[in-house]
Amino acid sequence: MTSSGAGTPAPTAATAGTPLPAVAARGITKRYGPTTALLDAGIAIAPGETHALVGRNGAGKSTLVSILTGLQRADTGEVRFAGEPAPSLSDRDGWRRLVACVYQKSTIIPTLTVAENLFLNRQGGGLIGWRSLRRRAADLLDAYGVAVDPARVAGELTVEQRQLVEIARALSFGARFIILDEPTAQLDAAAIERLFDRMRQLRDGGVTFLFISHHLQEVYEVCQSVTVFRDARHVLTAPVTDLPHDELVGAMTGDAGPLLSSGAARPAVPAAAETVLAVDGLRLAGFYEDVRLAVRAGEMVGLIGSGSSGKVALAETIAGLRRADGGTVTVAGSRPRPGSVPSALAGGLGYLPQDRHREGLVPLLSVAENATLPIAGKLGPAGVIAPARRRAAAQRMIDAYDIKTSGPDQPVNALSGGNAQKVVLARALSNDPRALVMVNPTAGVDVRSKESLLGAVASAATAGTGVLVVSDELDDLRSCDRVLVMFHGRVVREVPRGWADADLVAAVEGVRE
Amino acid sequence: MTNSRTVAVAPPAAAPRRVRLARFRDLALVPAILLLVVVGAVIDPVFLTKANITNVLQQQTELSLLVLAEAIILIAGKFDLSLESTIGLAPALAVGLVIPVASNGLGTDLPVALAIPLCLLTGLAIGAFNGLLILRFKLSAFIVTLGMLIVLRGLQIGLTGGQNLFDIPQSVLYLGNAVWLGLPASIWICGALFAAGILALGFLRHGRAVYAIGGNVDAARAAGIRTDRVVWIVLMLGGLLAALAGLLMTGRLGSVASAQGDGMIFTVFAAAVIGGVSLDGGKGTLFGALCGVIVLGLINNILTLGGVSAQWIQAIYGAIILVALILARVTSGKAQD
Repeated sequence: MTSSGAGTPAPTAATAGTPLPAVAARGITKRYGPTTALLDAGIAIAPGETHALVGRNGAGKSTLVSILTGLQRADTGEVRFAGEPAPSLSDRDGWRRLVACVYQKSTIIPTLTVAENLFLNRQGGGLIGWRSLRRRAADLLDAYGVAVDPARVAGELTVEQRQLVEIARALSFGARFIILDEPTAQLDAAAIERLFDRMRQLRDGGVTFLFISHHLQEVYEVCQSVTVFRDARHVLTAPVTDLPHDELVGAMTGDAGPLLSSGAARPAVPAAAETVLAVDGLRLAGFYEDVRLAVRAGEMVGLIGSGSSGKVALAETIAGLRRADGGTVTVAGSRPRPGSVPSALAGGLGYLPQDRHREGLVPLLSVAENATLPIAGKLGPAGVIAPARRRAAAQRMIDAYDIKTSGPDQPVNALSGGNAQKVVLARALSNDPRALVMVNPTAGVDVRSKESLLGAVASAATAGTGVLVVSDELDDLRSCDRVLVMFHGRVVREVPRGWADADLVAAVEGVRE
Repeated sequence: MTNSRTVAVAPPAAAPRRVRLARFRDLALVPAILLLVVVGAVIDPVFLTKANITNVLQQQTELSLLVLAEAIILIAGKFDLSLESTIGLAPALAVGLVIPVASNGLGTDLPVALAIPLCLLTGLAIGAFNGLLILRFKLSAFIVTLGMLIVLRGLQIGLTGGQNLFDIPQSVLYLGNAVWLGLPASIWICGALFAAGILALGFLRHGRAVYAIGGNVDAARAAGIRTDRVVWIVLMLGGLLAALAGLLMTGRLGSVASAQGDGMIFTVFAAAVIGGVSLDGGKGTLFGALCGVIVLGLINNILTLGGVSAQWIQAIYGAIILVALILARVTSGKAQD
């Protein structure tokens, strides 16, 4: 069944003995100028299955999604739905009856109500009856068990609720094939589980899914088959049960081998190492209370918790983005002024923000400018930035962190997610912080980049920086010396390295042994 | 992750009460209007006379049409600064084409009956040209319409030789002068257009499309809305309304001044923003914008009645608008964009 190797799986062969594939794309090639986004790639998805599409950043997943949803035309190749040729690109309604997509970027209009979003551009002819529109919306949401008030303004919804509304809207067009493009990237563990439950329910009702994710564990949990793309080509399609984890990673990266082991072999932190980051009795109403933790020089400490645990707010408080109601933060022996980022930075803190697009990078500025923002003062006298020195400093970072870029002058928004994140990390480490706080450092980053990012963090730790990794992602926490679990605003457990996944997840969910 | 099975229920929806309140956000300015009426009545008994109120409303008709146009354009997520020049150029061009050279006409001596259609067509054409530059050539609406503001004003001065036009045909004067059922025609026209606009933007599919485009243009396109066409129509409508406002102003003043409309655009934006229309698009209502116009009109009237000296009125009026913007920002609790 494993049709390995390059080329396109022939849908007839891949689904022998079964009805026509719900969706089949064959021989798809798409070029953007000199870049080849897809080269003779394809996918065949059997009706009623949940099919995963995985690949590193830039493998061509997004391009395939835009072709499968009729937003772009392939240069060559064809798309068929249940054997029928796809509608023309201008026939938006035709496409929407066949396929629906929940994109990474929201297609909800934040200023309109949920009801209006659901029936946008099909509110009915003549005057709109708002009351009946809301009732229709309520019926639709009820039918899919989505507990959201249709009269609410969509901008107020949580990410989870927004996704559910988008899924309900997609299904209301009659589409039985739904593409979920990294739906779990912004959800916490409980919400992911609810999403999976819902996907299983819908699958039982005959809905076909294409599921895109960077989290391979999720692929094993919710999908029946998986297709791997690499460097714009189709690499393999196989049932997930026939494909061990390491083979899947091997297919994605082009070589098999152990992963995410970097840093595991760090020397033990001497007991006498000084404390570089200490939090004592810190509390912030509505987020966390009475948090106490200490990170020693050279130590890596993980902090995990659900979305409502307050862990991100805690990290933001340490970085000076928020101001605590009480308690103290001590960085390398000094106390930065609460609520002041410059003071925290001057005190020796490095901070890697949660959302690199919003808080991490200035997209139009070059790699060099972004990487050297905090050390701009050291690049020349009296506030003058010497371009040559900046280039040199940036080039050192590019080499040290293996950032794939055409050079220090490339705008940072042209980098892939993993490389952009490396720039943020390089910047956080640029002024040799004593303590480093990172929030979800590998979110939206492919497997290989993850490894090199975590490797860079581990070597910073080995060099004597105390690191606090705040993350939902178990892989981020494997190289930590110990992991703290936050639940409802309190640190409830501490586990040493070598924990079992199930234990940690149970603690995060508040399950007591 | 495998052993935690939670019940698939999203968090309960927030209490519907907040939503009901949101529907009254439109009425936020009504208390301010009532307060201004009380203040006006205290300052000068003349304030509450029918003549004064009619006068206030009539003076605001041209402004309100520009605000109507600007509010729709802003809701669609675009800008039009050139409205303040269209209000002068459209009637000036139309009148110039029909009056004799002796009265500073252009010498074409077209039939007088064409004056009004020509004026409205000019407005439409300006809106269409703005749309061409913004949508086809992908230029920033801000800089395009700022350029057009200057070009159109320059065109008017060039065509009329910088002269005010006094020899206005009767048909052009009519709308700004006539009295229907005891009220100036211009008030009826504005009222009707606002009512139509509120209805269209609130209850028609194409009106809602304007909100969708301003809120998230990609999502609107994905929903099958022809976004460029809608925005183009909105910009043309804006030009048309500005030309109509020009007709009303010409009729009210009995001439086309070479600086007609000069400096109005700040007031237009201020009224829209005070009325709750977001400069970021997708947010606000025409009723709110209308309230914004009325607030500014009352303030202006009260300042005049209160005997503020003519030399200072501009500075005080501007300062009050800024204070009103601050109040609107503070009371809405959200950053103004």
